[in-house]
Amino acid sequence: MSASFLLLTILTLAALGFVIGRGRALRSVQGDRRRLHSLPNYYGFNVSMLAFVPAVLVLVLWVVIQPLMVNGAVSAMIPAGSYDDAGGLNLIMSDVGRVANGLDAAIAQGALEHAALKTLSTSNTDIRALLGTVGVALGSDVSEDVLSAALKFREKTLTGNWIMTVVVLVIAGAGFLAAFFKTHADLRARNLVERGVQMVLIGAASIAILTTLGIVLSLIFNTVSFFGMFPMGDFLFGLTWSPEGRGGSEHLGILPLLWGTIYISIVALAVAVPVGLFAAVYLSEYAGAKTRAVAKPLLEVLAGIPTIVYGLFALTIVGPMLVDVFGAEGLNWMQGARSVMTAGLVMGIMLIPFVSSLSDDIINAVPQAMRDGSYGLGATQSETVRQVVLPAALPGIVGAILLAASRAIGETMIVVMGAGAAARLSMNPFEAMTTVTAKIVSQLTGDADFASPEALVAFALGMTLFILTLGLNVLALLIVRKYREQYE
Amino acid sequence: MTDMTANGVPEATPHAKSSLLTQDAHTKQRNAAEKRFRIYGITAIAIGLVFLVLLISSILFKGVGAFQQTKLTLQVELLEAKLDKSGTRDIEKIKKVTTFGYNPLIDTAIKRALEEGGIENPFSKGKDLRKLLSSGAAAQIREFVVANPDRIGDTVEFKLLASSRVDGYLKGRVSRESLARDKNLTPVHLDMVDQMRETGVVNKGFNLSFITGADASESRPEQAGIGVSMLGSFYMMLVVLTAALPIGVAASIYLEEFAKQNWFTDLIEVNISNLAAVPSIVFGILGLAVFIQFAHLPQSAPLVGGLVLTLMTLPTIIISTRASLKAVPPSIREAALGVGASKMQTVFHHVLPLAMPGILTGTIIGLAQALGETAPLLLIGMVGYIASNPPEGLIDGFLSPNSAMPAQIYEWAKRADPAYYERAWGGIIILLLFLMTMNIIAILLRRRFERRW
Amino acid sequence: MNDMTKIERTVDMQTNKISAKNVQVHYGDTHAIKDVNVEIQDKTVTSFIGPSGCGKSTFLRCLNRMNDTIDICRVQGDILLDGEDIYDKRVDPVQLRAKVGMVFQKPNPFPKSIYDNIAYGPRIHGLARNKAELDEIVEKSLRRGAIWDEVKDRLHAPGTGLSGGQQQRLCIARAVATEPEVLLMDEPCSALDPIATAQVEELIDELREKFAVVIVTHSMQQAARVSQKTAFFHMGNLVEYDDTTKIFTNPEDSRTEAYITGRIG
Repeated sequence: MSASFLLLTILTLAALGFVIGRGRALRSVQGDRRRLHSLPNYYGFNVSMLAFVPAVLVLVLWVVIQPLMVNGAVSAMIPAGSYDDAGGLNLIMSDVGRVANGLDAAIAQGALEHAALKTLSTSNTDIRALLGTVGVALGSDVSEDVLSAALKFREKTLTGNWIMTVVVLVIAGAGFLAAFFKTHADLRARNLVERGVQMVLIGAASIAILTTLGIVLSLIFNTVSFFGMFPMGDFLFGLTWSPEGRGGSEHLGILPLLWGTIYISIVALAVAVPVGLFAAVYLSEYAGAKTRAVAKPLLEVLAGIPTIVYGLFALTIVGPMLVDVFGAEGLNWMQGARSVMTAGLVMGIMLIPFVSSLSDDIINAVPQAMRDGSYGLGATQSETVRQVVLPAALPGIVGAILLAASRAIGETMIVVMGAGAAARLSMNPFEAMTTVTAKIVSQLTGDADFASPEALVAFALGMTLFILTLGLNVLALLIVRKYREQYE
Repeated sequence: MTDMTANGVPEATPHAKSSLLTQDAHTKQRNAAEKRFRIYGITAIAIGLVFLVLLISSILFKGVGAFQQTKLTLQVELLEAKLDKSGTRDIEKIKKVTTFGYNPLIDTAIKRALEEGGIENPFSKGKDLRKLLSSGAAAQIREFVVANPDRIGDTVEFKLLASSRVDGYLKGRVSRESLARDKNLTPVHLDMVDQMRETGVVNKGFNLSFITGADASESRPEQAGIGVSMLGSFYMMLVVLTAALPIGVAASIYLEEFAKQNWFTDLIEVNISNLAAVPSIVFGILGLAVFIQFAHLPQSAPLVGGLVLTLMTLPTIIISTRASLKAVPPSIREAALGVGASKMQTVFHHVLPLAMPGILTGTIIGLAQALGETAPLLLIGMVGYIASNPPEGLIDGFLSPNSAMPAQIYEWAKRADPAYYERAWGGIIILLLFLMTMNIIAILLRRRFERRW
Repeated sequence: MNDMTKIERTVDMQTNKISAKNVQVHYGDTHAIKDVNVEIQDKTVTSFIGPSGCGKSTFLRCLNRMNDTIDICRVQGDILLDGEDIYDKRVDPVQLRAKVGMVFQKPNPFPKSIYDNIAYGPRIHGLARNKAELDEIVEKSLRRGAIWDEVKDRLHAPGTGLSGGQQQRLCIARAVATEPEVLLMDEPCSALDPIATAQVEELIDELREKFAVVIVTHSMQQAARVSQKTAFFHMGNLVEYDDTTKIFTNPEDSRTEAYITGRIG
């Protein structure tokens, strides 16, 4: 039975369980529902729950794990000499999978007799042509090894599916019966159901953990396999980035990328922090209610605009504008529209509302008593802001700036479109440079083989990015939390 | 903070018996600093607003062009001799005629239009004349013929897409100077276009196919539309909505109403606040590694895009949902618990319905964020793919490769032809219209149901 | 120093420092202060008493224009400081507040060091020519705030680390440091325990030697202990204003009597 059909069966069983369980509960009290511990529906839910949940959990696990195990067993059949690295094996295994699926399709469409499977061999049949007739296109002719592996793959998968069907149905049935026989007036069905619901709630909450785990694991595994092919020291301390180097002479040093990232972030923060901070101070300390009601949402519109828009803005508006001033016609500092300045400036605009609304919150959290104390001593408003409010809010503002920095470092679209593609260690902000995020995109969307160091380096870059932003975020959250406690 | 007057050590003022009615020098200095400070604040806000205006006006200025397209109105005679030599109207045979076979018809039609308008034809070759038209024009006629084989032999009026250079000339993007080194069109063509405009053959009109159409190959920007990728975005949003809303609400209910203070809860909390700040590209890496590499889901599929965006928006939804749950006053919970409802019943019967408007508002804002996100989609292959056919049916919509609006915009922005920039800006207008609508709905929802306890 | 204060104490007690004439205050639509006339004398502690919401704090805040920071507040009538109208258009509230200092209900030291808390006022008003002078002002103010001995060894520790009573004396010292002529205190002891209250009250009595002190208080006992003049406010009206001893022993208005005997309040 296929997984989806199995799921449907369990669902039917659960629906049936609801009706039967509810009926049994009512019958146990001769229809007098007041004598039940819980409302009748809860008895029904209890039966459906026990029939459905454990079986589906097993089903899901099985569907995930079985291909892995089958793959493991079958890949042992591929002779070690026919591929040179893990990537090669992966390619072969995906061929095996496709051939196996193709054979299934061929049998289903009648292009191949079931009995013919046993004698099937590359010598007596053109497998590629056969599968082509049933709509499964293969890139190359099928070798004997692949075919036998595919047959094995099919066989194991079929056996696995049979066992899965049996196991899942048994579990569903057992759950159903156990709940059914326990159904009685005194059964605390509501409590059981509520405990079940709570489990679901916990499961939903755990997705946050699973996501983080998924991120960390996918980064770690691929990073480790990258460092298996490329020395870690060269990656961390290399001063050149040129993955297209000929004959294995590629240089994948991260430092130029990090420099580009940091340089652009500095430019962005140099725009966003003063503007955002002054805007926040003005809005929270000076502006009247009306100005605030207009200016604050308008500034926040900047935060709601997707980054792709900023990217295009950098590429087609800001870049050419900068070239007019700093390019060959003007000061001659700038070669093309893409530069650190272009990306940094636009990123700064994007971050203005981020800095201003975070700082606004933080400035508002400074107690009015502080301001009163200062005014009471005859301080002007700006003296109060500069010498009392801002110092009091400083930790929070530092936290906000760190969060903004983490945003800047992780920003992708603006740098992909506005910063350029050349990795460079230069001080000139009008030169094109590239960043960690931009290179993650270019390495993973290029046509490099997925198992090659050129593609895998993206995961090491992602790891670096993740660690950097995580560090900044945690630091910022700690600072902000500490700051909040100070005034609570 | 450039102003140091207050921190410096100024001269001591004879402070004791000054009149209140006159300002002493020091006070004047301080008031000047005050004024300066206020000006900095106003300047900062002005800078922010100027950027906003610049951004919006350049979007409108650059993008509105995409909603108009230049077309040539031509009388095309569907010659039986060319299209259906046998005269049997056998559809299979008609289909065998490639677009190449339609070119002579177009040549004749253009020449006829020129003659009727009294315009001199400087070109001897039909190939040069056809440069006025999109290379998709022949396909447009062929499509019509295949759909209406009985019209073969008639003369039918077609509105055929002009080539992107001609379109650009009418929109001011292309000039005689810029054509100097262009192989696709010559200034002589532009002279013809000028005359053809006077005779009404060349017209600029509303471009519906930009909104409903599919992407086109790199050489035919005049044909590219955002419709199919809009569907891609739509299917992704369906995935996000159906996955993120229930999971987000369930997680928030647990954290806000049931979770006890322990290491597990702390772990979840820390994870959520960190995920909210993880760069979106990292979610793309996650999607690539887990959904495509590990789970072998199809590349470029809206399903995968939707799942990645779900994980990305979950923290946003959880944070806003928790805020709305928190806003329901404890007295409501106490009232329900007081009449003997269980904790679970209290939450599902009373707290959740009351928090619903807030939850929906947060969800819509999360969806808007997901709709505009590009970076993770690049990694799971939703760029570089030309989505030329709208999906057939729901399953196909989720599983077959497609693009999404922001990915499509990025794809256009990457292409060399500047005509695609106009498409990209036009796409941005549509994307922003969607985002604006969603945000307005969220605001209205908040206004309509906002409750002050 | 003691000799100096002795001499100053003999200065004419009857000089009027602040005189308020027909003062009306509106908060939006609420008429908070109705036609108040009062003369506040120099080198005297004047206390404002009355039930909650009677307008005594509002009136106090008018005296150094702290109400300016509240948008909806309007003040009418004349308040003269040494004969000059403090609501005159030419008056800079910043200059005014340097002359009329204020201490608040809750101790509100800035999140800075003790030294910087005190030095804040002198710095912004430019009262010290150099570091040595500033040090001197800080020490003098802390001594006047009766807190010098407790904090002299930790001047650079944060002011927020002190106990409540110490914080309030720090705030008083901070107000004194700008050399004001009038010191306004808005229920300065309501957040303090009895021992700290006694210390602050003692301090207020000493401050009278140099300043006109106006104190708003909830506690009639406190008014009786520290003040020479008492004003009783009720529902925005100034009901009675006289010597403290007179108010507490032989009030003229029946409402005053009702309040001090605990029948309204």
